[in-house]
Amino acid sequence: MIYFDNSATTKPYKEVIDSFVKVSTDYFGNPSSLHGIGGQAEKLLSQARHQVAQLLKVRAGEVYFTSGGTESNNLAIKGTALMYRNRGRHIITTSVEHASVKETMNQLSDLGFRITYLPVDQSGRISLLDLENAICHDTILVSIIHVNNEIGTIQPIEEIGKLLKEYPKILFHVDHVQGIGKVPLDFFQCRLDFCSISGHKFHGVKGTGVLYIREGVTISPLFSGGNQEWKQRSGTENVAGMVALAKALRMTMEQSENKLSDMATIKNFLIKELNSIEQIVLNTPEEHSAPHIINFSIRGVRGEVFVHALEEFGVYVSTTSACSSKKQAVSHTLLAMNVPKDLAEGSIRISLSFENTLEEATKVVNALKMAVQKLSEVLK
Amino acid sequence: MNYDRILIRYGEISTKGRNRSKFVEKLRRSIRRSLVDFPNAFVEATRDRMYVVLNGENGESIIERLKGIFGIQSFSPAVKTSKDLDEMKEAALALFTKVHNEGETFKITARRSDKSFPLDTNELNHAFGSHLLKNIPNLKVNVKNPDINLQVEVREEATYLSCENISGTGGLPVGSSGKAMLMLSGGIDSPVAGYLSMKRGLEVEAVHFFSPPFTSERSKEKVVELAKKLAHYNGGYFTLHVVPFTKIQQLIQKQVPENYTMTTTRRFMLKITDALRQKHEGLAIITGESLGQVASQTLESMFAINAVTSTPVLRPCITMDKTEIIDISKQIDTHDISILPYEDCCTVFVPAAPKTKPKKEKVEFYESFVDFDELVEEAVRNTETIQIRPDKKEQDEFADLF
Repeated sequence: MIYFDNSATTKPYKEVIDSFVKVSTDYFGNPSSLHGIGGQAEKLLSQARHQVAQLLKVRAGEVYFTSGGTESNNLAIKGTALMYRNRGRHIITTSVEHASVKETMNQLSDLGFRITYLPVDQSGRISLLDLENAICHDTILVSIIHVNNEIGTIQPIEEIGKLLKEYPKILFHVDHVQGIGKVPLDFFQCRLDFCSISGHKFHGVKGTGVLYIREGVTISPLFSGGNQEWKQRSGTENVAGMVALAKALRMTMEQSENKLSDMATIKNFLIKELNSIEQIVLNTPEEHSAPHIINFSIRGVRGEVFVHALEEFGVYVSTTSACSSKKQAVSHTLLAMNVPKDLAEGSIRISLSFENTLEEATKVVNALKMAVQKLSEVLK
Repeated sequence: MNYDRILIRYGEISTKGRNRSKFVEKLRRSIRRSLVDFPNAFVEATRDRMYVVLNGENGESIIERLKGIFGIQSFSPAVKTSKDLDEMKEAALALFTKVHNEGETFKITARRSDKSFPLDTNELNHAFGSHLLKNIPNLKVNVKNPDINLQVEVREEATYLSCENISGTGGLPVGSSGKAMLMLSGGIDSPVAGYLSMKRGLEVEAVHFFSPPFTSERSKEKVVELAKKLAHYNGGYFTLHVVPFTKIQQLIQKQVPENYTMTTTRRFMLKITDALRQKHEGLAIITGESLGQVASQTLESMFAINAVTSTPVLRPCITMDKTEIIDISKQIDTHDISILPYEDCCTVFVPAAPKTKPKKEKVEFYESFVDFDELVEEAVRNTETIQIRPDKKEQDEFADLF
């Protein structure tokens, strides 16, 4: 089996699962309980928080644990909208966001907020000029994805942050779910107010995530209840999940130091090989793209058909983002980039982890070539 | 050209007379201690300046550390060059181009402590200024409010160049003023009092009163966490004494009228702290009291409580408002720990209406019926001493989980 669908989810590290099981079994207490068992759970949670903070180079008090990327995105955006709706009702985002941002914006639009969706160029990047022109007197939030989940384009977050320094009243949220561990992001330099990450995208367990909220920024909570997470996110803490997340993040960051160049080598190899196949058109831009995502289209073949064709060779990839692939919808990122609809329908995403090897990549290329040949015979 | 050293300017130390070298040595020690994890960096101390020679270590992280060390008035990342004028000019240009952005103005501040150097201050200013102006297009001088102030110091041994001046914390080097015991309750005020005392050069050991089962293990852990924060200002080292206080507290409840229990409790805390002070050779006691804040902190209360000892009791927060204390506690990062809601020795057994104006004679009378001395001795004897060290990996029990 060759798993090349790591942007959908990753396989948890064994060490991470071990921690999860041990914490769930031995330290099952509720961190809010006054007794010793609760105390131990609280200590574990706080240690997890400190470790995450240290790895992200932020303060522990700025790390809020959530259930994942979707919740972090919802909390940052809706929390800001609810809190500052009297200051303004305009929000700026891009046309290439993940569904959890896009649909949140749609919901806010129904509630009377004005949403500006910034267009992207052929490589999937927004322009700073468009952003600056979109800013109004009542803009309260700018929310931008760092690494696009479908094609891997990296947005110019640092430049955006620099621009937003001129607008201290506008909060800045970055969806960093795909970028963490793969594309560095300096929260302070980029003037971030919020940043979302998700545990299962870096070998943690599902149902775990973090929202970074800069110290001094207050938002309205979405879950009311026992006032956990400094009242921003009520609900008994997922201690085992967060310990697992902290460990997975540490291991990922360590891998990132040594293996990013290997990953880039694999990506370049794949791109070179893909370019040599006549029926294939690359959608991932050459510049400003993440080292782990490659998106391409096969002329005349629907993505879904190709996913199944590759599966026969034991190779696992996906059509578009996992969250929307079942809806048979055409990739909205590709459409926003003005990729023709028939090509967009045939898009395939390969996404790597640090576990993948050049050997696997070679096998995948062979499988790809065979699958393309087989399918073109059928179609002709 | 990169910075190769950090020049440190002493604060108040430089006004000291014959014992100045002692202060300098203390400062040098506390800097060395806080930089133990940068093994290649070393400290060079002279009479009026100190240099941290980076020797390849990360300058930015070291700068962060230096910001927390008491006794440093200000410091500057600097470059050392020879005293050859041409070489000095080249080095100055290289350093300047690195920090200079188009359109920024500058001035030169030259200083010549080596009076044998052929150029005097004005000539130095002129030489460096003209060299920069010649080599950088569109550069302008602004002596009143420059964007970059290039400092040139010609000293006996070499010349030092720097462009930045970073403020330090001030104060006196930790340990240069002697040792005192801090009564650390777990509230907001006492860590602040500890911090302020350390800032004035005191070596501080903390005393905490622990009354299980009335106060929990978690309240003790909270105090350990606070102690770790204070350790931060002492190169990671700190001593915490935990006094078993249950028996005495129970006896007080039994013996003393309810409205006087608080006064008596504080008196015994002070007595025990004083005994520990003597044992550990301190010369003062520090508390976080702020005048009039609560019943035990009225002048009458302090008079009745303080009567148990003639040891100086230092109260750095005495004239501060609560909001001022909170501001400092946030700045030293103890606030969020202090507000954790566990019972501590001061919050259990709080009488409904404690005396705000207790009489010394009365409290002495109430205490005279039983012999507390033995209990006090026992408490001192059974005091647990916790040493906080930088190398001790915290929370080892969970290490494999992370």
